[in-house]
Amino acid sequence: MDFETLLSYEWGVMMPEFIILGVAVALSLIDLFMPENRSRRLLGLFAFVGVAVSFVSLLSLWTSDVTSILGDTFRLDSFAKSFKALLLIGSALVLLLSIHYEPKERIAYRGEFYYLFLTALLGAMMMASSGDLITLFVGLELLSLSSYVLVAIRKKHTLANEAVLKYVITGSIATAITLFGMSYIFGFTGSTNIKEIAVQLASTYEENHQYILSLAFLLTFVGLSFKLASAPFHMWAPDVYQGATMPVVSFLSVVSKTAGFVIVLRVIVSVFAQIPTGSSNSMLVTLAPYIAFLAGATMMIGNTIALRQRNVKRMLAYSSVAHAGYVLVAFASLSMFMFEAIWFYLLAYLFMTIGTFAILQVVSQHHDDEDVSIFAGLYRRSPLMAIAMTIFLLSLAGIPGTAGFIGKMNIFLGAFVVEPAHYVLASIMVVTTVISYVYYFGIFIQMFFRPVEDARRLEWPPGVIAVIVICVIGTVLLGVFPNIAYDFIAPFEHFSDFLQ
Amino acid sequence: MQPYFLSLLIFSPLLGILVLSLLSKEQEKAIKWLGVLATLPSLCLSLFAFWQYQNGYDISKLAEKRSWIQFGEFPFLKETDFTVAYELHVDGLALVMIVLTTILATLAAIASTSIQKEWKGYFQLFLLLEIGMLGVFAASNLVLFFIFFELTLIPMFFLIGKWGYFEKEKAAYSYLIYNGLGSAVLLIVIAVLFARTGTSNIDELRHILTDPMAQTISPISDALRYGLFLALLIAFGVKLPIVPLHRWMLHVHVQAPPSVVMLHAGVLLKIGAFGLVRFAFGLFPGQFQQFSTWLIVLGVVNLLYGAFLALRQTDFKMVLAYSSVSHMGIVLIGLGSLTEAGIQGAIFQAVSHGFIAAFLFFFVGVMYERTRTTTLARLGGLAKTMPYVSGFILAGAMASLGLPGTSGFISEFMAFVGAFQAEPLLAAIGTIGIIMTAVYLLRAVLGMTFGQTTVSNVYDLRGIEWVPAISLLLLIIIIGVYPNVLALPLQTTIETMMNGLGG
Repeated sequence: MDFETLLSYEWGVMMPEFIILGVAVALSLIDLFMPENRSRRLLGLFAFVGVAVSFVSLLSLWTSDVTSILGDTFRLDSFAKSFKALLLIGSALVLLLSIHYEPKERIAYRGEFYYLFLTALLGAMMMASSGDLITLFVGLELLSLSSYVLVAIRKKHTLANEAVLKYVITGSIATAITLFGMSYIFGFTGSTNIKEIAVQLASTYEENHQYILSLAFLLTFVGLSFKLASAPFHMWAPDVYQGATMPVVSFLSVVSKTAGFVIVLRVIVSVFAQIPTGSSNSMLVTLAPYIAFLAGATMMIGNTIALRQRNVKRMLAYSSVAHAGYVLVAFASLSMFMFEAIWFYLLAYLFMTIGTFAILQVVSQHHDDEDVSIFAGLYRRSPLMAIAMTIFLLSLAGIPGTAGFIGKMNIFLGAFVVEPAHYVLASIMVVTTVISYVYYFGIFIQMFFRPVEDARRLEWPPGVIAVIVICVIGTVLLGVFPNIAYDFIAPFEHFSDFLQ
Repeated sequence: MQPYFLSLLIFSPLLGILVLSLLSKEQEKAIKWLGVLATLPSLCLSLFAFWQYQNGYDISKLAEKRSWIQFGEFPFLKETDFTVAYELHVDGLALVMIVLTTILATLAAIASTSIQKEWKGYFQLFLLLEIGMLGVFAASNLVLFFIFFELTLIPMFFLIGKWGYFEKEKAAYSYLIYNGLGSAVLLIVIAVLFARTGTSNIDELRHILTDPMAQTISPISDALRYGLFLALLIAFGVKLPIVPLHRWMLHVHVQAPPSVVMLHAGVLLKIGAFGLVRFAFGLFPGQFQQFSTWLIVLGVVNLLYGAFLALRQTDFKMVLAYSSVSHMGIVLIGLGSLTEAGIQGAIFQAVSHGFIAAFLFFFVGVMYERTRTTTLARLGGLAKTMPYVSGFILAGAMASLGLPGTSGFISEFMAFVGAFQAEPLLAAIGTIGIIMTAVYLLRAVLGMTFGQTTVSNVYDLRGIEWVPAISLLLLIIIIGVYPNVLALPLQTTIETMMNGLGG
């Protein structure tokens, strides 16, 4: 590749990534030269502005055609654009939260937090756009390594140390499994380019290869499910959530999870959707029952174990496992609604989860505790915040009038529209949703029915209030007028360019 | 006015919620007044519509439709597929249920003045509950119906869990889980129908499902129809409730504050009946016909089970709770008979029991406020200490056991006329339940009103309490003496239903 071709690429399509990269580099330098005793808060604001600018530049690319540069390793299609929007919105909100995060033991490495956060985000965005297994993997590792450090940022905290050890070990195993699966794909096709892999696998049908390809599918999918925190790789979630700081937890449960779905869709759908099998279905359709099985297991594990948790963070960890299961239902149905249903659900999930974590951050910081009883009498202490929390939890429970309901409805539509319909899977989803009422409503009992135990005033910093307001608006608005979101991705015509 | 009439009717309590949130927590009097006032606009509007309808106005003109949600627009489908419109409509049945709701909401709001704490939150939730109930009856598509249906779930949870009696949280949870599962089953039905046909409009669905030649997006097999029908039966069976899905409602009857039980027994249980008529019957008439005998069997079981257990209760509230179970059996018997008289009787029973149960529970509240107990053994001689209250309770009991001249009589009579036409043997067994009703009600009421005076120093009915007492009694008697007040509005609905059976 000579200099001319390098210049001929449309670098503009990478603008959002460049902005994040630039801000991350700038932040690391500023942090290096800043006097040690100066507050790092300003850096957070800077990072927030960077993410916002990146989002604007993404919007300016919104209606552009499918472009791929760097020899098809980076592609900007409607899938990349819509999911990057989720990543950026989520990151912006989490950054706003992190600016006001003041735990008891004080984090000495606030500067590191911000630029590692941005590199993690950069990795996630690269994953959304990559058209090659190598860039995809590099993106994945960038996200993983950054988040390992983010979890460990409370260096002297025992739980954090335990958490990061579990996170690194399970994460590395998952990565190894993914790579092992990908190696089969590479072995068959001799290419790492996703498009080329798809073309090659689609054109040949050899019965002996079916089993090995299925094996490749299972290994890749299971390995990638680590980021989703879905079964069988869900065990890290509760410990990591408990040990990590609040902003990191919000990041893991929203941005990192979204990135997980991005890479799963990218790899699995592009590679396996066109492989012919003996019957008229493609390989992805014949293997969908495995995804359905994992989805069902994930929902059941998440929702039933959450019942037993007293620690709110652990409870929300299992709840986030369950939500990954719901989204996998949309994936397993492989209907025409799949991409939209997943996108919408993740958007709804973003608002309701970050909102919940925002309130939890303030309340748990105040009590220096995470037991569910810290919410006792919240309605008397801060009625508005109690109502906001109610909205988030109702949305997580999928009650109508909130974004969570529309998201679930869309997933159901997908599950039932295909023939044969996924009755069992959808029933599991519905029943486990009702089970989830028990623990979500348990928080209501604390907030509304229990007397106040600690009458000290809760301090609500402006950034946190802003996040809560945005999340409330998002949750309610998308629940009442979901078309606002659907119109937003309407120009993409159901992601028809995904396989082009 | 017309294009907004129904929306206005449903959402007018919202105004009350907003104004209430401006008041301070401590202004008890103002909050209570406002809470009652906020229910009045819907009441006036619904009575106005009812009156107009009686005078021959075509209420189908009130239907509203606005585009709302679009779940994907695919080039290979019709443009209207997978859209959910915000659409409301009423027919005779829906209008009757709406009037029932608005009347009971106002009267229950008046009864709510006995609530002791946190009036502001109470009335806000109360009004939210009213919106949900009104919307359920007026929604003309399934998704909207479900949204309103669930909107009743959340306020009820808090109303029971916060303002109830001793075991309120347990009751609230049992309410939540039973009804959550019921709604979950309903949601599956709704999503299946929506996904497979592309529409959630009730009328369109009725056409598609009853027309064997209709085009659907995905096929709907006969087995699927049976599955959906049974799922609907379970979903609304939880609400009605059908034995053995009734445990939750006993807890709610006993633990929730009486003013909330007025709405719960008066309206929320009726959503079950309404749903069975509108969806189980309306969408799957063929399946309904095949299961009709089983419905009568279930109805008789309900009737007898409720009646026998009511006889054994030591608490007046439990007597009434089982009496509700028993009376809902009559709704099932009437529906299962598939005759015009039977169906009319079932709907009459739903409305009539709505008024009677609300009436009796109003007095439970009145009594509890004065005596601090509802245990039968600790009550006695109320005829001496509270002559008016015990008189009214006796009148309510008479109506409940079906004394001619009250609404209870006419509904039970018609339901059984229908049942004897269809299944004489089962109907004959069912009549035992009617006799039992007289036994358990008289046992309970006479035990309270006569005998040894156990509580003294109590005052009789006073002030604003007369309003619900008199108006509910009047309504019960009016329906009993002049049943056409209900029969005429329901005529077209019932005729349409019977046509559905023939076709």
